[in-house]
Amino acid sequence: MANDVKPRVKVPKSAKAGEAVVLKTLISHPMESGQRKDKDGALIPRSIINRFTCDFNGKNVIDVTLEPAISTNPYIEFEAMIGEAGEFKFTWYDDDGSVYEDSKPIEFA
Amino acid sequence: MILSRREALVLALGSVAAAAIPMAALASVDDAVAAFTGGAAVTDGAGVTLTAPEIAENGNTVPVSVDAPGASAILILAAGNPTPAVATFNFGELAGAHMASTRIRLSKTQDVVAIAKLADGTFVRTSSEVKVTIGGCGG
Repeated sequence: MANDVKPRVKVPKSAKAGEAVVLKTLISHPMESGQRKDKDGALIPRSIINRFTCDFNGKNVIDVTLEPAISTNPYIEFEAMIGEAGEFKFTWYDDDGSVYEDSKPIEFA
Repeated sequence: MILSRREALVLALGSVAAAAIPMAALASVDDAVAAFTGGAAVTDGAGVTLTAPEIAENGNTVPVSVDAPGASAILILAAGNPTPAVATFNFGELAGAHMASTRIRLSKTQDVVAIAKLADGTFVRTSSEVKVTIGGCGG
């Protein structure tokens, strides 16, 4: 359905104790709202990413419910507080059932 | 000034019509709020911060960020959109500062509302008016 969906994630190389790390995620996706009409006046059906989650070593950082009012190429920035090295796992859930994943390792100093 | 019966009727009808239009949009906002809070009372003010531009030239991508220390979830609503719900952020155990930024669509000039569920289970709300030059809902 949605072509060329490409997740992009920015994670710092390392984290320090007691400091939150800022994570920035972007995924290329048209986020068709279901409100727009094509040139014949027919409604273009909704096709969006409806959920995004981020986990670190199996523990949840954030779980976002997205609605059609989120812009094309949804961008989400948030923070995580970690206490060890490990891997962030990012997951996007599409309306059509597709799941897009990305992961990034991080060191802990 | 003494109103004739006819003038009074016109005035009354006019005010009813004026009140009915925003009521339709408000009702769905109330529904969305009720679904999020489960009917609990929502107080205005401290505890949640919503950062949104005063003027958004392009309603297709309006950057907003929400911040609510200790919150377990934050709901964002755009009261003037065809469907008011925008996003719900649920913070997990590893969430750092309880903040998040994203970009949203706004169909017209309207209030953006953020409601946070705080750690003690109470709800606080804040809102910010965004003036939109070009709406972001297409045709």
